[in-house]
Amino acid sequence: MNTARKLAYGVVLAVCAASLAANWLAPAGYAKQFREVPGAPPSPQHFLGTDEIGRDRFARILYGTRISLLLAPAAALISTLLAALVGGLAAYVGGVWLRLARGFTDLFLSLPWLFLLITVRALMPLNVSPLMSVFITFLILGLLGWAASARVLSSSADALRNSDFVLQARASGLHGSRLFLIHVLPNLKPVLYAQFWISIPVFILAEANLGVLGLGVAEPLPSWGSLLRELEGLISFREEPWRLVPLLLLIVVMTSFQLLLSNEEVTA
Amino acid sequence: MNTNTTSGCAFLRFLSRSILFVGVSVSIYFAIVFAILCGSSLAQSGGELRFCLRSEPKTFDPMLVDDDASLSIRYLTGGVLLRADRKTQELEPELAESWKVSKDGKQITFKLRDGMTFSDGTPFSSDDVAFTIRRLMDPALHSSTGDAFRSGSGDVTTKILGPDQVAIIFPAPIAGLDHLFDQVAIMSAHSPKKEAAVLGPFMVTAYKAGSSVLLSRNPNYWKRDSQGQRLPYLDSIRLDIQSNRDVEMLRFKRGELDLMNTIDSDYFDRLAASSPGLAHDAGASLDSDFMWFNQVANAPIPEYKRVWFRSTNFRRAISQAINRDDLSRVVFNGHAQPAAGPVSPANKFWFNSKLKAEPYHPDEALHRLQADGFHLKNETLLDRSGNPVEFSIVTNAGGKPRERMAVMIQEDLGKLGIKVNVVTLDFPSLIERISQKFNYEAAILGFRNVEIDPNGQMNIWLSSAENHAWNPQQKSPGTPWEAEIDRLMRVQASSADPKKRKESFDRVQEIVAEQAPFIYLVNPNALSAVSAAVAGANPVILSPQTFWNAERLTVNSAMRASR
Repeated sequence: MNTARKLAYGVVLAVCAASLAANWLAPAGYAKQFREVPGAPPSPQHFLGTDEIGRDRFARILYGTRISLLLAPAAALISTLLAALVGGLAAYVGGVWLRLARGFTDLFLSLPWLFLLITVRALMPLNVSPLMSVFITFLILGLLGWAASARVLSSSADALRNSDFVLQARASGLHGSRLFLIHVLPNLKPVLYAQFWISIPVFILAEANLGVLGLGVAEPLPSWGSLLRELEGLISFREEPWRLVPLLLLIVVMTSFQLLLSNEEVTA
Repeated sequence: MNTNTTSGCAFLRFLSRSILFVGVSVSIYFAIVFAILCGSSLAQSGGELRFCLRSEPKTFDPMLVDDDASLSIRYLTGGVLLRADRKTQELEPELAESWKVSKDGKQITFKLRDGMTFSDGTPFSSDDVAFTIRRLMDPALHSSTGDAFRSGSGDVTTKILGPDQVAIIFPAPIAGLDHLFDQVAIMSAHSPKKEAAVLGPFMVTAYKAGSSVLLSRNPNYWKRDSQGQRLPYLDSIRLDIQSNRDVEMLRFKRGELDLMNTIDSDYFDRLAASSPGLAHDAGASLDSDFMWFNQVANAPIPEYKRVWFRSTNFRRAISQAINRDDLSRVVFNGHAQPAAGPVSPANKFWFNSKLKAEPYHPDEALHRLQADGFHLKNETLLDRSGNPVEFSIVTNAGGKPRERMAVMIQEDLGKLGIKVNVVTLDFPSLIERISQKFNYEAAILGFRNVEIDPNGQMNIWLSSAENHAWNPQQKSPGTPWEAEIDRLMRVQASSADPKKRKESFDRVQEIVAEQAPFIYLVNPNALSAVSAAVAGANPVILSPQTFWNAERLTVNSAMRASR
């Protein structure tokens, strides 16, 4: 294991541990409003200052990290599995199923997602607890975000189906699920991994964007998405650099996740 | 002797050179002074003012104006008979030298100024006023400006009493009739240029869709300053179409723009910190943000919640449990005032000065709730039947101040054991829920008031009105106090006596404060920014805040370039 990967492990573990220990580490609850000091700069009481309505930014980052680190990968897992099912399996089977799956994927990619999400939000009941709103948000993202990955997976699976070693395996009498599990799936694994890791920051940012439409995590619960929304209207980084911490954290954690992948997995 | 003569000549040469030197120096000095004086007088006329429209203007036809961008252009180009002075809020004569409203409030007669012409040179006369009114009231045109003049069944007629005198007769009395003419830009009956021929200080000379509108000085504008110099001073106004507020702010900071209207408190404070002289807080605006509960009889909400929302005690208790001082201080950084009612204190004539903003009294709020059978159990408020008090507040997504207010109210009400779920929706979904499906429990929105007169609020206060948000389009008033509001609003609308109208509308404001169908939260301040290169600016609370006196503004281009 090289130094970079060790460092990445350290970062991910430290961030996970800190978010899990938020109840002890945070100086206050994520919803507690210190109304006497709204928008305060860092101080011994508030390490990263307070947000516009006086909530401790450090506490919100800790709790928000817990939510995003738990649910964004869960949504990525759902979307990658769906992508594997639709794209990978259809391409492996080939023929009419492949054409059907590609047509369905293209149709899905061409849908106006923004309006669809607005419609979904309009159909949801209003009295949903903030925690439930987080689950619903990431579940919707997971269910709707598979199409791009499916396109990549179907291409890879199609290439594998026609590859020499699969043809040789077929010629040797290997068919069906055994051929898929022994020869196709292990070769698709790096693509699946890559799609999974790529999806995580995409979903985190998508959740941030959905917040603008009212589909994001409900107040007062924090998430990386809602924390990133605070950067709206920030004209100069020099004015309040501490507001960039959620963005830096996102970059560091995502980079660490990428480094954790082995070289073979990434380049496959 | 020779020596004396030589020395005398030298002295004379010295004297003449000295005189020449002094003469040249004095000439240069006077030349410099003259140049400075000329420079300052030149600065008085000329220059281009630049600011942003935040959307594409939908029309240049003054009769069809219904959006902010078109409204700004109409204000700068349209000549009106009477103009409400944005600073004093008093009505001033413009194209009309004088005017008279009949005692029954059905007729207004204007005496027009002599010798005026439109921007294309077409003479102005009473024909043009009659033509404008006929066009304004044409039902086929669907003019929202014209809607304000529709008072009853029957046609609006005009009577030309002479080339400089015209009477307009309405089928029924219209309250505040003369004030409505502030919005009516007079069009030419005879000019081939139609709406492009204007009587205002500027005229549209170029329009690039999605990019900019260029207004140039109207060479035939009638007004002069106290020194007899023809107005406006500016050569032109460039209006850049720019919806992104961040970009607008950056361009203002770079010196590419001279004015910014209605800026939010975050921008304001940032600007005030970096350039204190450029940020202007004119005090409480006419706008208000408020919250209300859904009281619609057939709304898809549980019956026990409808009972809460229809209880005056419940609504007043919620009002008392909201800390408005904190909302003003935290959400608006102090650039807002706790609201007392439907009329902002900025509306000098119509505000009921007896009313005060509801003070923060959580204990009293709890007593009120207990009077209605609510009780606390394990820090949760339960109603008489044991239902936990929980409701959602919807507001528009992206409206940061309202989102923040909702979160603060969530915490305030949490202290009473009330669980509030904050839901932000895109604007069309929100409007559909609150005005068509009535599928919501409570909402936070705001009124952007441009009219001072309460007549403009008839569509809110009448129980039959569409914008009677808490329970719209009632066939008959659902409660005695709504019936009383209906009566008082009709009384004020049908009276031409300002005192009687004021008494009626004062009572409406008191009933609203007692019953709290709308829980008024804050009146945000009118915040704006004006570049140091602009001289003569005097930002006010009424729209258009910064360029209401555009005809008297000047721009020092050299100062702009040095920013």
